[in-house]
Amino acid sequence: MTMTTKPDTPAAVTTPIQNSLTAGRLPTPAPWIILGAAIAVSAAIFGVMAVAGGSGYNWGGALLVGALLYIPSVWLFSVLVEGRRRAMDRLVTALVTGAFVLAMIPLVSLTITVVTFGLARFDAEFFTNSMRNVTGEGGGIVHAIVGTLLMTGTAALISIPIGLMTSVYLVEYGHGRLARGITFLVDVMTGIPSIVAGLFAYAVFSIFLGPGTRTGIAGAVSLAVLMIPVVVRSSEEMLRLVPNELREAAYALGVPKWLTIVKVVLPTSMAGITTGIMLSIARVIGETAPLLIAAGFTASVNYNMFDGRMQSLPVFVYTQYANQGNPPQAYLDRAWAAALTLILIVMALNLIARLVARFFAPKFGR
Amino acid sequence: MSTASTVIKAKQRPGDRVFSGSAVFAGSMILVTLAAVAIFLIVQSLPALFATSEDASILPTNFWAYVGPLIFGTVWASALALLMALPVSIGIALFISHYAPRRLASVLGYIVDLLAAVPSVVFGLWGIGVLAPAVQPLYSWLVDNLGWFPLFAGPVSGTGRTILTAAIVLAVMVLPIMTAINREVFLQTPVLHEEAALALGATRWEMIRTAVLPFGRSGIISASVLGLGRALGETMAVAMVLSASGALTFELLTSVNPSTIAANIALSFPEAYGPNVNVLIATGLILFIVTFAVNAFARWIVSRRKEFSGAN
Repeated sequence: MTMTTKPDTPAAVTTPIQNSLTAGRLPTPAPWIILGAAIAVSAAIFGVMAVAGGSGYNWGGALLVGALLYIPSVWLFSVLVEGRRRAMDRLVTALVTGAFVLAMIPLVSLTITVVTFGLARFDAEFFTNSMRNVTGEGGGIVHAIVGTLLMTGTAALISIPIGLMTSVYLVEYGHGRLARGITFLVDVMTGIPSIVAGLFAYAVFSIFLGPGTRTGIAGAVSLAVLMIPVVVRSSEEMLRLVPNELREAAYALGVPKWLTIVKVVLPTSMAGITTGIMLSIARVIGETAPLLIAAGFTASVNYNMFDGRMQSLPVFVYTQYANQGNPPQAYLDRAWAAALTLILIVMALNLIARLVARFFAPKFGR
Repeated sequence: MSTASTVIKAKQRPGDRVFSGSAVFAGSMILVTLAAVAIFLIVQSLPALFATSEDASILPTNFWAYVGPLIFGTVWASALALLMALPVSIGIALFISHYAPRRLASVLGYIVDLLAAVPSVVFGLWGIGVLAPAVQPLYSWLVDNLGWFPLFAGPVSGTGRTILTAAIVLAVMVLPIMTAINREVFLQTPVLHEEAALALGATRWEMIRTAVLPFGRSGIISASVLGLGRALGETMAVAMVLSASGALTFELLTSVNPSTIAANIALSFPEAYGPNVNVLIATGLILFIVTFAVNAFARWIVSRRKEFSGAN
């Protein structure tokens, strides 16, 4: 230290004193050093194994074993220096952080896989052709995009008015048994398995239009069953955020209740409601099972909601994977490219929804 | 709800009547929809409940012999998924609510929510293309070294598309909703309880064990029940990942696996005809009843908790 050369420095500064607050504790960077050492040890072991076995180096395994090695070793060091209780604390910290990292593995792996495999067929032909008369390579997803847009749009047309008015009822009008019953059933409806919604739509349309009917409108109905509860929940939450003072101010000016709702309550919460609706669309646009049951699949473009089967993006992914022809790689490539398209659409919807929530939210005092 | 019931009623204008009428109509549409789901499923499945193999060609002997293994597979796969997802989701929720830097917390929460945005069919593709080949070596190691343990009995599946893989995919898929609920409950822990624990000299883990976890217990229970409901009804990922043979077995790593109700419907429905359709819809009805009961139970726990949560 340079300080020690100065003659007038007090002696107490130069001699390291025992700080009672940091005594018996691991220094701050210690966990990182232990983590680095654990990974180095594991990397060395895997290196020896790779040389001995003659196989390629297993990076994922080395990192995983290193991380697993870190957990007991940080506990051991902590027990030796800090005692039982702090060691337990460090152990739990390592485990909790490990849980988060563990959950990130599938997300990262999935993103990388979809992007790398999906880019193989992510070209102009893919977005300008349908699968009509395509048996091998080539072909595209125009019919699936048309179907997805039509069915999701119709589902939104059905479920947004119903969902929005239900939430208005629950927040502004509902008291007593009916409101409580609806709240409970909406909660339960959120948990309906998507395939049951598909079976319901299929059952309805096959009873009225004859067995085996698969149309776009049936798919839209099944999506609406899944979408309504999500819209109700999110809009209800947003309507409850509107301050009561705004409603009371409107009533005090003599504005009727319905005009208060239309002109004051809904505009105030519009950003949040829009966000909720977009998130619900993002949720149902990826639904496969109900559309597979209710709308079926086809290779051609179909603009008619009421006649004939209709393809959709998720079902396209599934059918391309499940009914592989020759060469199989062409079908797999199409499946991955459609999966990439689907993920991009869902992510874009999510992102726009968050942006709407951020930029169009009403500005309150804080 | 804004006006007390004792005050003088406001004048009812036509606009008010139309608006409140349509609100009530929309609200009752929820009841109608749920009732319609139940009624149409019941109507369509009645012929199947007492059918035998002579009526419907997919039945081995009678309906219950067909649906039994499916129910077992559904419950078994979901239970495995829950077993894996529960500790991890509690860990993530604690990490976001109590360990991560405050500024990062909401971003990290958003990243976990991204998992929920991935469509299930993409999870299915990923499960076949990436996860199953990645875990297959681990499975054969488990069978070779721990094969005496009944769950790990051999022979090992060559593709890795076993019920354990399906359960891992299911666990990843139910993780976001369970994490979201757990996180919310942990964040609601009264700060005074936490600070009291810390002031008594508790380490962070002791604070969590004595203040956060007891407070969030019912939240954790309802999160896991809701996650169970999701896992029970999840279709495409299981249908794609699992190579099912319809056997009734607890073994995790062999190529002989029970199927689940939802996956079986998705796989068999496109080719089904005549009474077979009714049989499949009847299995769907059973799934509907089970998930309805599970979700109602979860909501009941949540609502019971609301009344005496110590938050204030």
